[in-house]
Amino acid sequence: MKTENQKAWFFVLPVLLLVAFNALIPMMTVVNYSVQETFGNNQFFWQGLDWFEQILRSERFHAALGRQFLFTFLILIIEVPLGIAIALSMPRKGIWVPVCLVLMALPMLIPWNVVGAMWNIFTLPDIGLLGYFLNHTLGIQYDMTQDPIAAWITIVTMDVWHWTSLVVLLAYAGLVSIPDAYYQAAKIDGASNWSVFRFIQLPKMKSVLTIAILLRFMDSFNIYTEPFVLTGGGPGNSTTLLSIDLVKIALGQFDLGPAAAMSLIYFAITLLVSWLFYTLMTKDDLN
Amino acid sequence: MQKRSIVPIVYILFLMLPIYWLVAMSFKTTNEILGGFSMFPQTFTLENYKVIFTDPSWYWGYINSISYVTLNTVISIAVALPAAYAFSRYRFLGDKQLFFWLLTNRMAPAAVFALPFFQLYSAVGLFDTYWAVALAHCLFNVPLAVWILEGFMGGVPKELDETAYVDGYSFPRFFATIFIPSIKAGVGVAAFFCFMFSWVELLLAKTLTAVAAKPIAATMTKTASSAGYELGLLAAAGTLTIIPGAIVIYFVRNYIAKGFAMGRV
Repeated sequence: MKTENQKAWFFVLPVLLLVAFNALIPMMTVVNYSVQETFGNNQFFWQGLDWFEQILRSERFHAALGRQFLFTFLILIIEVPLGIAIALSMPRKGIWVPVCLVLMALPMLIPWNVVGAMWNIFTLPDIGLLGYFLNHTLGIQYDMTQDPIAAWITIVTMDVWHWTSLVVLLAYAGLVSIPDAYYQAAKIDGASNWSVFRFIQLPKMKSVLTIAILLRFMDSFNIYTEPFVLTGGGPGNSTTLLSIDLVKIALGQFDLGPAAAMSLIYFAITLLVSWLFYTLMTKDDLN
Repeated sequence: MQKRSIVPIVYILFLMLPIYWLVAMSFKTTNEILGGFSMFPQTFTLENYKVIFTDPSWYWGYINSISYVTLNTVISIAVALPAAYAFSRYRFLGDKQLFFWLLTNRMAPAAVFALPFFQLYSAVGLFDTYWAVALAHCLFNVPLAVWILEGFMGGVPKELDETAYVDGYSFPRFFATIFIPSIKAGVGVAAFFCFMFSWVELLLAKTLTAVAAKPIAATMTKTASSAGYELGLLAAAGTLTIIPGAIVIYFVRNYIAKGFAMGRV
């Protein structure tokens, strides 16, 4: 039981101040820009909600948003089942457990631009291991700087390589928390592997999988550095995801107003979808 | 050896291939890399590493990165410990809303904050210092640390607190000498995640630094383009960025799976 104590606010205060400094002041700046027009000489004019209207109607934004949703959808549909499958087949105890965990977590600890650069080197058509193998050993035409499909396959594979381990670790953490007695009971009842998974393992993994899906959604929806280093958004605009487009507008063209409006719309979509996921996945717990 | 262990083995092989290629390339000469395909380095060379360890603009990148990452980890854990204690032990006005608001900061795309961050940290005079990056990374690391620590603290029975008060411990003494040691594993896991997310982030780190605090990852992108894409050098620098993470993960290997599972949703 938790006791009611308003003085607990003093414990939370440092966190509150630190995060507020980092979150609220920049957010206010963004809101401020989003309703103004500037010509770069520090003069600002009131613009109202024009930027928001312009962004919401712009085909460029719709296209980037569409690519972003497609990317995130592919990531979730591949990484979540794959991660669960790998976690299910991992050993539960013994010396191989830490070895597996350390090796699997390794990709997550590599700086994001190094991940992009690494995959760039890996997929170079004539001198990269994967590029050479596909082009010269298997004879498949593969060059992600020319072919949009190849570029998409490459960024999705890169993300699967980079982040599936997160789902594995979380699902694994859920699995090892299941007491042996559950499995013994299932065995006595003659339950099939599928029913063990469906009625014991999946429910027990639910809370960690909620975290996994939420984190994977947020991070893949906000992804910037890796695809930017790997493809630069190309060929053409085919892999220009939402945040790549945003940085292009904000820092490339220095259109602060539209970029700020786009930031806020972007943030709102992320919040809304996260909230939807969260409510859908925790709905049963409340009943 | 069971049949199903083939799945993790294949998965780990898939994870190791790009890493192997990076490491192999770092031991090759530029001529060999551009000359054609070779599975193993033909003329094994340490030249690329020598460049990095003798050129200050390279090795300072590592010192800078490790400095702000360490600073960020210390700040994040220091402020998150009391906050997590408050969330795990007390009810107070707006606690749930505050907790959710903290978590929403993980959802903000870094790209949204890049420019305002630049202006904010320039205005307070911290631009191009370790403090700028360390404080900016608190945006997503502090909420995460609070979340993980709160999970671990929830597992410590409340009787521990009460017994300590009966025994005449003051709160600070109880917190430092009894409570924190009892959630050592949680502190380790939280520190690991703070280290990890600060180490891998580049967009904000690059935006907030110019010369004095420039991270290694930013040095890499610049050198790669100015020197006509020296792949061997790039590969060597990349290989060296994997090592700190590998060391840190080795220390928390037994807690990492647990740390993920403890947070409340």
